[in-house]
Amino acid sequence: MPSIALLTAYAIEAIKQGSAAVGLVSKTHVVLAALKRNAEELGSYQKKIIKVDDHMGVALAGLAPDARILSNYLRQQAMSSKMVFNRPLSLSKAVHSIADKAQENTQSAGGRPYGVGLLVAGYDDSGAHLYEFLPSGSVLEYVGAAIGARSQAAKTFMERKLEDFPDASKEQLIEYALTALRDTLAQDKELNSANTTVAVVGVDQDFTVYDDDDVEPWLNLLDSLANTRNTALKEEDDDEDDDDNDGDKAASAEGQTATAPAAGAGDSSDSGTQPSAESESMDVDP
Amino acid sequence: MNHDPFHWGRPSADTYGEYNYNIAHASNADRSTSTNSEFPRMHTQQPMITGTSVIAIKYNDGIVMAADHMGSFGSLMKLDDLQRIIPVGKSAAVGISGDISDFQYLERLLDDLEIEDSYDMESDNLKADYLSEYLTRVMYNRRSKMNPLWNAIIVAGFDGKGELVLKHVDLLGVSYSSPTLATGFGNHLAIPLLRKKVDSEEDVKKLSKEDAIQTVKDCMKVLFYRDARSWNKYSLCVIEKSTQSIEIEKDVAVEGMRWDFAQHITGYGIPQL
Repeated sequence: MPSIALLTAYAIEAIKQGSAAVGLVSKTHVVLAALKRNAEELGSYQKKIIKVDDHMGVALAGLAPDARILSNYLRQQAMSSKMVFNRPLSLSKAVHSIADKAQENTQSAGGRPYGVGLLVAGYDDSGAHLYEFLPSGSVLEYVGAAIGARSQAAKTFMERKLEDFPDASKEQLIEYALTALRDTLAQDKELNSANTTVAVVGVDQDFTVYDDDDVEPWLNLLDSLANTRNTALKEEDDDEDDDDNDGDKAASAEGQTATAPAAGAGDSSDSGTQPSAESESMDVDP
Repeated sequence: MNHDPFHWGRPSADTYGEYNYNIAHASNADRSTSTNSEFPRMHTQQPMITGTSVIAIKYNDGIVMAADHMGSFGSLMKLDDLQRIIPVGKSAAVGISGDISDFQYLERLLDDLEIEDSYDMESDNLKADYLSEYLTRVMYNRRSKMNPLWNAIIVAGFDGKGELVLKHVDLLGVSYSSPTLATGFGNHLAIPLLRKKVDSEEDVKKLSKEDAIQTVKDCMKVLFYRDARSWNKYSLCVIEKSTQSIEIEKDVAVEGMRWDFAQHITGYGIPQL
């Protein structure tokens, strides 16, 4: 059996098998956008964004069942805070509570770490917050974050637009999030109302998830955006093109989530140097 | 003679009469019909050592609250230096009347809460509105177990936006808010006097800090005159919105009393002339 440290590394690897999720923060709002996948044509799309309370929610990449465990736990925490103190659960308290849960799993024998990464978005007394949660128990706050397959492309885009985020309006922020998400797509794929999910939370705005028909207006926003930005990006990040294989492989992995850890373990036996492979597999599949 | 007090036994029933197990209805030891183990568990049916009224009034820039320093065991003054208004965190003060052991239990709960809050990386999350909700839940939870905390509580302070919060919570877990609040005897003696100054939220704007303090001092005097379980030393809590400050002054004395009429009082245990 692999050591716990290695298991944690595989867990972080499992996140990269999941489809991408991105998050962005302005001074007033937080936006999550995620790419949903269906295991097969006939199947439904995997839920990517889970509402926790009126003021917060999570986007996930990796094992969906593990995300349900964590989001249900967050919901309990949020409800008890509401019930006992009439106080919306603060974001930092929320993420640290799941971080503690996750960290315990990294040092207990017989168990395994959670195989899921979360982007936790919310608005509380201290403003808009976006946190990235990893199975290692690491939690960091970001102005823009992306997890999942080919998320590096989204990060690259966000790093370029970093200065525009704080003063962006809700609409602009969604536009940025969708543009970042679009950069993670495999070559022959496109964002549509079936595979895109968007969520917003902020000042005077409860956590709202937009799916299917509701997401259409936001996608139209993206269409009105000059395509030049995207092509400009494409030219620089040329390596994007050879990603599509990875996309298909990853798609099958998340479709059958139960087998994902086994797949992860198999991977490692192929390449003994898992940790070093980690940095490369960020967006390019060798 | 065995000098270990443990072996001295109870005072002899011949001299002192049978021990009265029914003191405060706190025991069922003398019930001959059933054994102790069969008898249902019993909870507090009345408070033992008690603190009397807490009073509070809102003024145009804050709240003034007061509670005396006495703990009474029936009509006996058991404690004379008991501070019943306690600060909780940076944005709330809590005044507690009723059973003193339950007050000390609540004090410990609030202390734990403060410690728990300081573990969070954000600072000062214990706002007065959160506290009053928490205390309401604690009180309701205990009354639902048929084992209430025998207290009436006034929570005063600021909410997250720095606005004033003034709430009353009782042993049933009922909570309400008003610009003038009192517990116990204060409800009968102080509230009419306080409402003369502030009858509604509109009147709050007209009352200055000095007038509010004077009104509360007058009320504490009337309470000392007429509430036989009160004391002339009290703590005075002044909350100021503009500076977001909460100050609790201890050992404030009731001033300007006149007792010269007392010599003319007859009856009430004083021998008739």
